[in-house]
Amino acid sequence: MTLDGTLQIRINGEHRRVESGISIAELVREIGFDPIRVAVERNLEVVPRSTLAEVQVEDGDDYEIVRFVGGG
Amino acid sequence: MNVQAPVQADTWTVAGRTFTSRLIVGTGKYKTLEENAAAVEASGAEIVTVAVRRVNVSNPNEPMLTDFIDPKRITYLPNTAGCFNADEAIRTLRLAREAGGWNLVKLEVLGEAKTLYPDMRETLRATETLVKEGFEPMVYCVDDPIAAKQLEEAGAVAIMPLGAPIGSGLGIQNRVTIRLIVEGASVPVLVDAGVGTASDAAQAMELGCDGVLMNTAIAEAKDPVMMARAMKLAVEAGRLAYLAGRMQKRRYADPSSPLAGLI
Repeated sequence: MTLDGTLQIRINGEHRRVESGISIAELVREIGFDPIRVAVERNLEVVPRSTLAEVQVEDGDDYEIVRFVGGG
Repeated sequence: MNVQAPVQADTWTVAGRTFTSRLIVGTGKYKTLEENAAAVEASGAEIVTVAVRRVNVSNPNEPMLTDFIDPKRITYLPNTAGCFNADEAIRTLRLAREAGGWNLVKLEVLGEAKTLYPDMRETLRATETLVKEGFEPMVYCVDDPIAAKQLEEAGAVAIMPLGAPIGSGLGIQNRVTIRLIVEGASVPVLVDAGVGTASDAAQAMELGCDGVLMNTAIAEAKDPVMMARAMKLAVEAGRLAYLAGRMQKRRYADPSSPLAGLI
């Protein structure tokens, strides 16, 4: 936790500050994505989509947020 | 006799899901998502492979593959292309399962970047773990009948030997081993990688494979949509030739016209 009450997290390898008290679903929406179209890994554990709205973002969290793209 | 009948009745089943098209196409390397979608349509494929990648945080409005190829109509087969060990592949597929909600996946663990040849030790290890976690992995592998059998014993729902290195377009290099894999397998066998043109796809099917998976042969053709149609026809032609049972080869000529009644 920083002095101004924001949380320091990482998303896809990049550092970011977010307000405390938000859920992962809110975090995903805040960066511009629809939670039902992505998958989220938090500190190396997959977060089930059904719980994205319930799990709170915590200071120091490391997220991978992925989607399907073209591939062979 | 109705020549259409065998094609329509001829389905194949992987992990309890039945498909009519025996052609699986990749969705990489296309110039545009529109072209990609048109090629998938022309190929008649019912399954496409897709990759799992980080969202682009700096551009959330980037067009999505799912806007062009409807996952409700076409089965998305998430793959692990680009993974060089079992742990990376498993991690990727756990995310893919969450993103898509399905267990049918394509496992591919590569050994090194120059040949993209599969690392079979890691591939086998990943297969065992994935099966324990409830996945149904279709597994990319070397064209080795023993390795194929080991994967099947580990729970692979389909065996997908390479015909030649990924993206090389060299065609099927070892017909003998592909045929041996087909003969020994009790799960579907699909040639995955190495197909360059329609005759390569037909050849895979003539060897008795249940299907063919390709990406570059279509995406890098001058006209990908036309090549997609060619591949559809080649897979069907090869399949029919396999079912029809080819003639025996002879060392010398055998005239087609009767010898009796010659003037």
